[in-house]
Amino acid sequence: MTTPLAPPPKKNPQVRTQVPTLPPTIRSRAATGLTAMAAEGRFALQHCAECGAVQYPPRDACCKCLSTDLDWRDTDTGAQVLAETRIHASPDVYFRERLPWRMGSVKLAAGPVAICHLHGDVGRGDRVRMALKLDKAGQGVLIALPQERTDAMEDDPVLRSLTAHPKHRRVLISDARSPLAAPLASALLKAGAATIFMGEAESWRRWPGRDALAAMDKVELLPLDVTDATSVAKLAGEIGGKTDILINTACFVRPGGVMMQDTVFAKDEMEVNVMGLMRLAQAFGPAMAGRTADGTNSAVAFVNILSAYALVPDPSYGGFSASQAAARSVSQTLRSEFRASGLRMMNVYTGPTDDEWHQPLPPPKVAPSALARAIVDGLIEGVEDVWCGDVAQDMAERWNRDAKVLEREMTGGST
Amino acid sequence: MRRAPYDGVVLACPVTVPYVRYSQETAHWWIARALRGALDAAGMKPAELDGLSISSFTLFPDTPVGLTQHLGLTLRWLDTVPTGGASGVIALRRAARAVQAGDTDVVACVAGDSNYIDSFRKLLSAFSRFSMDAIYPYGFGGPNATFALLTDAYMAEYGATAEDFGRIAVAQRDNALRNPYALMKKPLSMEQYLAARPIADPIRLFDCVMPCAGSEAFLVMREEDAVKRGLPFARPRATIERHNPYPDDPVQLRGGWALDVGEFWEMAEWGPDDVDLVQTYDDYPVISMMQMEDLGFCEKGGGPDFVRSHDLTVSGDFPHNTSGGQLSAGQAGAAGGYLGMVEALRQVTNTAGPTQVDGARRALVSGFGMANYDRGVCSGAALLEGVPA
Repeated sequence: MTTPLAPPPKKNPQVRTQVPTLPPTIRSRAATGLTAMAAEGRFALQHCAECGAVQYPPRDACCKCLSTDLDWRDTDTGAQVLAETRIHASPDVYFRERLPWRMGSVKLAAGPVAICHLHGDVGRGDRVRMALKLDKAGQGVLIALPQERTDAMEDDPVLRSLTAHPKHRRVLISDARSPLAAPLASALLKAGAATIFMGEAESWRRWPGRDALAAMDKVELLPLDVTDATSVAKLAGEIGGKTDILINTACFVRPGGVMMQDTVFAKDEMEVNVMGLMRLAQAFGPAMAGRTADGTNSAVAFVNILSAYALVPDPSYGGFSASQAAARSVSQTLRSEFRASGLRMMNVYTGPTDDEWHQPLPPPKVAPSALARAIVDGLIEGVEDVWCGDVAQDMAERWNRDAKVLEREMTGGST
Repeated sequence: MRRAPYDGVVLACPVTVPYVRYSQETAHWWIARALRGALDAAGMKPAELDGLSISSFTLFPDTPVGLTQHLGLTLRWLDTVPTGGASGVIALRRAARAVQAGDTDVVACVAGDSNYIDSFRKLLSAFSRFSMDAIYPYGFGGPNATFALLTDAYMAEYGATAEDFGRIAVAQRDNALRNPYALMKKPLSMEQYLAARPIADPIRLFDCVMPCAGSEAFLVMREEDAVKRGLPFARPRATIERHNPYPDDPVQLRGGWALDVGEFWEMAEWGPDDVDLVQTYDDYPVISMMQMEDLGFCEKGGGPDFVRSHDLTVSGDFPHNTSGGQLSAGQAGAAGGYLGMVEALRQVTNTAGPTQVDGARRALVSGFGMANYDRGVCSGAALLEGVPA
């Protein structure tokens, strides 16, 4: 039985904030495959293309037939715990601060034996469900979970360290005017978030939905304009030290290609979608990165929402697609810059959203409530990349298969 | 094909350079001390040596090649044995065949490691690729955690209790008190063993070895040369070696010895009752118990009963790890894989001094090494028959 996580006490400013440390970071090239799978929430291991033997730990040649043709494939998550231990002594600084630490060995239904983290509700002899998660070092690790959901299982300290669960955490949504803001606030509160800060640019301008948002319990509207460095810095000065999750919903989008379009829109798209992201990261990033080991409501994730056209442009949204590609690149740099702190950078890719600027596009389109759910699910699962909706998932699949073919398909010339 | 016996080849000149918990000296220094000790014992000059076998974790960036120049040795046979706790047995196997074939006249087998403050943590951090990828990220308990899992599974499978493992640790401490060079100087009672702080359940403090600096050595040469020099010596009567045995066993409840135990005794034409003492590789008591089973002293799973019904001290009916073993003498890196061999050589040549088992002539030495991932990969064993001077 997991003890439900109690709301944290108010922070005592006289007590030193625990400095972030990371679990062991270095991996072989083959083992980073686990990280790539964990980033998308997949449980995939290497399978021998010749004899089918499943391999673990990751390696460079099949341990049954010596074939070097090993593919990462989704794998049966079933397993049974063979043995367990509670570690009371470790020379590693990260684990030393978190002792005792439970781990165990499991026999995977797919064949190999794996050493893994154990959820508090499982022990020797239990049948378990395996998952690959990203740890604080941003590397893929295995955890054995109860086969069936158990009460408050997400509050298990080991599992919580591998996810970005919103429970008891304070979230900043950068643009309250986004159609996503209201459903996102609801989904976060439902997942147990403590407070939702909502950024509001040009608060003198009236807008529909404001009153409903302002009336929501635990929601605070605060002035924030991502195009204005002073405004961003001012808000970071006020709430930067208590922002545990930042979700950037600010987005500027106008239809149109490149050749026949005014660059003014493209400039605004860059200003909001790229520079805005950079301003938020510069103002909030350092404080968040300094608080990733700060107890129950430690800083845990920075979320950026991107169009799937960040991968390959939709030519009818040329300028916007360019801003998304740039934002994706910025986001990946931030991921590297956050790495030393364990702060997670989550990219949520979406297809066209069901809003006024995508009005003439045919379905399927992503409803704001669906996108909100995908974001919160991504935080709960602790993934790094989320593909929300059929269009984004389809794009990702085709992009992984052959980026050049996808480009040609997107830009005409293929049935 | 039936293996050829080791006729005409012997081991001599056992040397232990007293261990220290932390040392500022390098592996080169420790190896030089042991090598010098072995050559002095044989009355040899370094220039007379033509074969060398080295086991060490801390020579980096050097290999044994660098050591030849560093130590001014001109050799015609050089070996490096990277099998950790199985190094003593495996070095002997290689050297004995080379001497027997005439590729070399005398091989100095040497293992040594330094132990700086923090060097154990650094060694752990880069021990193997599978450890880096699939062990360290899970609590970084080091080998303690890996062998805790093995101990947990062994206890569940065969009903071993903490007291059973305690019997091994307590008896070895008793032996260590006779050994002036053992790092552990205080007596250990069963109560103290059981009350010790937990390290990685079910492993407690006194189930774990103490990493330290030190070195061990012996010489392998032709019997006629040993006689000519007037040295006490021992004949290798049988040896075995295995790597990655039983890869499909989900948990390592048996080691490579079990694959070869029949041929092992057959080669010597001895049985388990014929040996006067046993040196097992004791990185954890459960591993010693496993060796008692897999080498034929009792049935599989009979280890707990075996230690309950035997006295494992120097004066007991089953003298075991007579110098205190690694648990009480210390684990000097790769020299841990030599400790049993060098002590057994002293025992069967009646030169063990305060730890001497009365009338010991025949010894079994067993090695176990390299927790590459979830288990020890290398294993080996040797039977020695002593011919005192």
